[in-house]
Amino acid sequence: MEKLTRRTFFKAAGATAAALTAKAHALTPDDARHGHGAAPAATGASAQAAYLYFRPDEARFVEAAVARLIPLDANGPGALEAGVPNYIDRQLGGAWGAGERLYRSGPWQPGLPGQGYQLPFTPAELFRNALRAINDDVQKRRNTTFDKLPGNEQDAYLESLQTGNQSLNGVPAHTFFESLLALTIEGFFADPIYGGNKDMASWKMIGFPGAYASFYHLVDQHGVLFTRAPMSMGEDNRRMIHIQPVAAQPKAVGPNPVVADKKKGGK
Amino acid sequence: MATRLKEVDAVLVGVGLVGTMLGRELTKAGLKVVGLERGNAQFTVPDFQGPHMHDELRYSVRKAFMQDNTKEAMTFRNNVNQVALPIRRWESFLPGTGLGGAAVHWNGQTYRFQDDEFKIRSHTEQRYGKGFIDPELTVQDWGVTAADLEPYYDRFEYLLGTSGQAGNVKGQKIAGGNPFEDPRSRPYPTPPMKEPYGAAIFRKAAASLGYHPFPQPSSNLSQPYTNPEGLTLQACMFCGYCERYGCEHYAKSSPQTILLPVLLKDKNFTLRTQSQVLRINLAQDKKTATGVTYVDAAGHEFEQPAKLVILCSFALNNVRMMLLSGIGQPYDPKTGQGVVGRNYAYQTMSAVQVFFDESVNINPFMRSGANGTLIADFVGDNFDHGPHKFIGGAYFGELMTNGRPIEFHPTPPGTPAWGARWKEAVVRHYNHTSVLNVHGSSMASRNNYLDLDPTYKDAWDQPLLRITFDFPANDLRMSAYVTDKALAVGKAMGGRQVVGAGRKGPYTVTQYQTTHNTGGTVMGLDRKTSVVNRYLQSWDVPNLFVIGASNFPQNATYNPTDTVGALAYMAAEAIVNRYLKAPGQALVQA
Ligand SMILES: Cc1cc2nc3c(=O)[nH]c(=O)nc-3n(C[C@H](O)[C@H](O)[C@H](O)COP(=O)(O)OP(=O)(O)OC[C@H]3O[C@@H](n4cnc5c(N)ncnc54)[C@H](O)[C@@H]3O)c2cc1C
Ligand code: SF4
Repeated sequence: MEKLTRRTFFKAAGATAAALTAKAHALTPDDARHGHGAAPAATGASAQAAYLYFRPDEARFVEAAVARLIPLDANGPGALEAGVPNYIDRQLGGAWGAGERLYRSGPWQPGLPGQGYQLPFTPAELFRNALRAINDDVQKRRNTTFDKLPGNEQDAYLESLQTGNQSLNGVPAHTFFESLLALTIEGFFADPIYGGNKDMASWKMIGFPGAYASFYHLVDQHGVLFTRAPMSMGEDNRRMIHIQPVAAQPKAVGPNPVVADKKKGGK
Repeated sequence: MATRLKEVDAVLVGVGLVGTMLGRELTKAGLKVVGLERGNAQFTVPDFQGPHMHDELRYSVRKAFMQDNTKEAMTFRNNVNQVALPIRRWESFLPGTGLGGAAVHWNGQTYRFQDDEFKIRSHTEQRYGKGFIDPELTVQDWGVTAADLEPYYDRFEYLLGTSGQAGNVKGQKIAGGNPFEDPRSRPYPTPPMKEPYGAAIFRKAAASLGYHPFPQPSSNLSQPYTNPEGLTLQACMFCGYCERYGCEHYAKSSPQTILLPVLLKDKNFTLRTQSQVLRINLAQDKKTATGVTYVDAAGHEFEQPAKLVILCSFALNNVRMMLLSGIGQPYDPKTGQGVVGRNYAYQTMSAVQVFFDESVNINPFMRSGANGTLIADFVGDNFDHGPHKFIGGAYFGELMTNGRPIEFHPTPPGTPAWGARWKEAVVRHYNHTSVLNVHGSSMASRNNYLDLDPTYKDAWDQPLLRITFDFPANDLRMSAYVTDKALAVGKAMGGRQVVGAGRKGPYTVTQYQTTHNTGGTVMGLDRKTSVVNRYLQSWDVPNLFVIGASNFPQNATYNPTDTVGALAYMAAEAIVNRYLKAPGQALVQA
């Protein structure tokens, strides 16, 4: 496949977005319960948003790689056009990248595949190490950077990561690849509020309605084609709050007994 | 030094499903009860509301409702020859935390176990002979029957408002229900849910092959319902954000919708959240619990004395708390002696994907946690095991719960994992694929057990729970056999391509299967092979009751929670009507 320049990306993305908007206006009749008209196009993050975490060289690799993992094609935008690099950047730069919900105590052992992730790296550390090793590697072997390689060579390089066990500054190549692919898929399909899936492009492509969440009247209309534009959490302005009809709200939770803070607290 | 608080009549370790039920029963009987819950308080409003509840990334992928394993993880290995390593991120099962426990974000699939599964050893030996059960298996009878539990199942289902079609009321068979079910005293409280498209296709195909399809019993309600506690639930909207999410619509039965508002108004009840119980304290004789020690969110340590301790912190946590407190003899796989941690079992899952023509819009996003249609023809001993070398069985059906795309974007075999062909296949198949779940029993084996990890610690410097588990050969044979039957139904559904295979070992913690962890504080008639008696009272410490799926001697075919709820009501009745008349006494003589 020919290598797309940044300009052609945006031209193509714009054209696709326009086509999708036109399609989105062909709506089914509103669901009686939560009807709302044709939603305006969602406000997604810009594909060019500033990066919090990535250094410029890292960003160039990630932008080029995700465009190979989920390419732009006749079906619609790919991961790059959908803003997936922004998504990955925010994940790595935020709590998740810092190891939120990751048990991090040693001792560290490689373990068996069925024992899951056993590296001491946080996701942010894992990316920083691996990306530096990849940059060095491509520089050494090809005297250039990954983003400058032709598409088929980029694919071959990604495959070598996918199936390889070489150490990328301590990160097995396939582990890095799995992380990159998982984050790319997440960013492509997650709610646009997280910075990827711009204009809900992936949802429009597959026909997923997004945060819209009431199908009582449609579920037994077997085989019905649901063509209403999807909805993101960010644009759900119904703000429908349920009030428990019968029971009163429960009383407040009892506080813990107050303890006078002694200087030498602890056990 | 821990601050010593005033003694109360009873303390609950965990305020999830069982904790809420026991809290209600004991306060109703006049007891002063303190409930200690390690997680946060959370309610339908504002915590479970849209739009933030419709966030696949936060709730499904990052698992916001689950136990924070930076504080408390578990370790895992397949067998004693391996080194157990921490489960650093939850995948294969998802222990809940926070008020309401895992019953906030469960699916609501609500099944009774079959009578033959309560008597698996005696029933199997009687029907197939003594040598039929693989000697590796340590399966045993429960000490209760389906008939014993019927009144408690009934009461629990009417608390939940479960939607379903009865197949057998007082011995009279009813068309459209499950023809294999044991007699129930009355129909389900509410009629079955609407049948989605894929489920309807499954029903026709299964019937054409001579099977007996019926709607999944669901605690996502088909219509508004007011339960005996006076709480009203609403009809399920098929919102597609059920499993791993709280229900914004008051339509899923959970402690928040069925019981908590009543319990929290009771003056006899005190709830303390963000309260991590570290251990159950024993008197010097080691035969009486004196209360529990816990730590609050600010790190202050308390001792809460209590006359009665109810351990209801979910199966895996119940076992760990027993071990941390030094109650009961830990199981030793070398000798087969000891009981705490013994007979840990799980669930044996597989799936069949049915790829349809592009003209078939399955609409996987119009689903609920417990909708769909299944067959019980291969459950338990509903078919002749004589020709096969296994016991147990599986149900299967078209029971899809959602079409959320980060996790659900099926592609046929041979599709690459990324690139243009992957994307093309995702777009092609997303709305035109059905998945059949094959949900199988899990037999206890002498090799599978729970104990304390020798190396890894939690945030309070206490050892993590260590899980040693792999699928017994018996269960892999069962899964292969029943998955083949599901493939045949998938083909009869008219799929262009039908793909699936039985469960393969080794067990991995990297792929979600179920949160149906069972065993470790098994109930039974003999204290040599059980931790609690048939009233779920500790053999060693009579003022301690241990309640949850940890009581299951092995896991049956169906999902556990209906049985957990029935056991909880049975234990509560025994405490109120019998134990309180002679506190501190054993209800069953050892
Ligand atoms: C994603 C998911 C889907 C499920 N779907 C189904 C289904 O469809 N059908 C079915 O039958 N079952 C299902 N289950 C299982 C079901 O949720 C459980 O069987 C049920 O919640 C068990 O109730 P419990 O009271 O034993 O535990 P829980 O409801 O989990 O409550 C235990 C409570 O104890 C607290 N706790 C634990 N340790 C401590 C401590 N040391 N100190 C203080 N508090 C503590 C926890 O925070 C928790 O709140 C599902 C589970 C999950 C996770
Ligand atoms: S699927 Fe139904 S029961 Fe489940 S969360 Fe949605 S509305 Fe509630």
